[in-house]
Amino acid sequence: MILLDFTLRQGTFSLEIHERLTARVTALFGPSGAGKTTILDAIAGLRRPDTGSIAIDSWVLIDRSTGVDLPPHRRHVGYVAQDVALFPHMTVRQNVLYGRREGQKLALETVASMLEIPDLLDRRVPQLSGGERQRVAVARALMSAPQVLLFDEPLAAVDVERRRRIWPYLERVRDDLGVPIVYVTHDPVEVERLADQVVQIENGRVTDRPFTFLR
Amino acid sequence: MDLWQITWFTVATATFATLLMVPPGLLLAWALARGRFRGRLLLDTLVSLPLVMPPVATGMVLLALFAPFGPIGRILARAGVQTVFTWKAVVLAMTVMGLPLFVRTVRAGFEQVDRRFEAAAATLGAAPLRVFLTVTLPLARPAVIAGAVLGFARAIGEFGATIMIAGSIPGSTRTLAVAIYSLAETGRTREAAGFVVVSVAIAFGALWWSNRLVWATEERR
Repeated sequence: MILLDFTLRQGTFSLEIHERLTARVTALFGPSGAGKTTILDAIAGLRRPDTGSIAIDSWVLIDRSTGVDLPPHRRHVGYVAQDVALFPHMTVRQNVLYGRREGQKLALETVASMLEIPDLLDRRVPQLSGGERQRVAVARALMSAPQVLLFDEPLAAVDVERRRRIWPYLERVRDDLGVPIVYVTHDPVEVERLADQVVQIENGRVTDRPFTFLR
Repeated sequence: MDLWQITWFTVATATFATLLMVPPGLLLAWALARGRFRGRLLLDTLVSLPLVMPPVATGMVLLALFAPFGPIGRILARAGVQTVFTWKAVVLAMTVMGLPLFVRTVRAGFEQVDRRFEAAAATLGAAPLRVFLTVTLPLARPAVIAGAVLGFARAIGEFGATIMIAGSIPGSTRTLAVAIYSLAETGRTREAAGFVVVSVAIAFGALWWSNRLVWATEERR
């Protein structure tokens, strides 16, 4: 269970959320600028809420009332940001292994074949296409043995066909690792396929409008 | 005057000074580029001060500090270390005068490093020091090299502070720049020309080498 109970103001934009994410995969859905990425940044510790708290089960990441505020490197989140941010001075392999922690059950080979990147491992980042970068970034996040996975449109630059091929692997991550996933996407098909819970965000607030799958 | 002894002495002391600049220089550049603390503006100003102060004035300040009865010199004297008018004073003057160039160049390099990479490293579990050593520093490598070369070149050419705190003692504190001045002052311009040629050659070589390194890094990107 991920508890999101905080407010965060930035300039004229204000975000307020009081949600319990109990699903294996929660999709954050909404127009751009609604505050979806801000929510992920707050969970990862890259932005600090003004009031309130964020917790994963009984593990408090931040609580403004008690002063608890774990730095990003102690939060164990696997964050695939929209801009991906693969380290340009390292090979793909070095990127994927960068955050490997003791206790990671997944082997590099397993993760690499899941995301169809074994052939890319010895390449340098600047040689990769957008879609390849995203798959590498997902692999890198998985290898860090995270407590929660934060995906900000992780497959937006992956072509449709390959995306469909990767979905089963993400389903396996969802089902086998038991790590909760918070998933930002614009693709309704992806939401339907992967998410058990949908939180719709508009203008920094959760809307209770029912989510309709576009068929 | 012994051109080769003086050249060797100058290159050796400037190299030593450059090595001394690196640890505090990296720390200062990182603090100024990434830190958010009280007194940052003051620190920024102090670090760059030797760049705009008359070097002779910087030399006076150093002399006051490091002379046997100065606040730092007294402590060193008690430990049996004599600095002023020795080769150590030459290194000290070179370090202080080169440091601002190193810090400014490296700081600009750090600021160019996209913070997304540092954020990504942090979410992957890297503590700040590891982020610095594995992400920030390698990505700013060309700037660090350029900064070190600039600092080195500045050290080679140091004159004002050196003459104040180390003097011009043949065989023990006389550097290329000081030698050129001494020779020209006594009308031995022909002999001075040889020293000038060597100075230019060293400066040219250092810049050439650093530019080549920077270019090679850029091409690999």
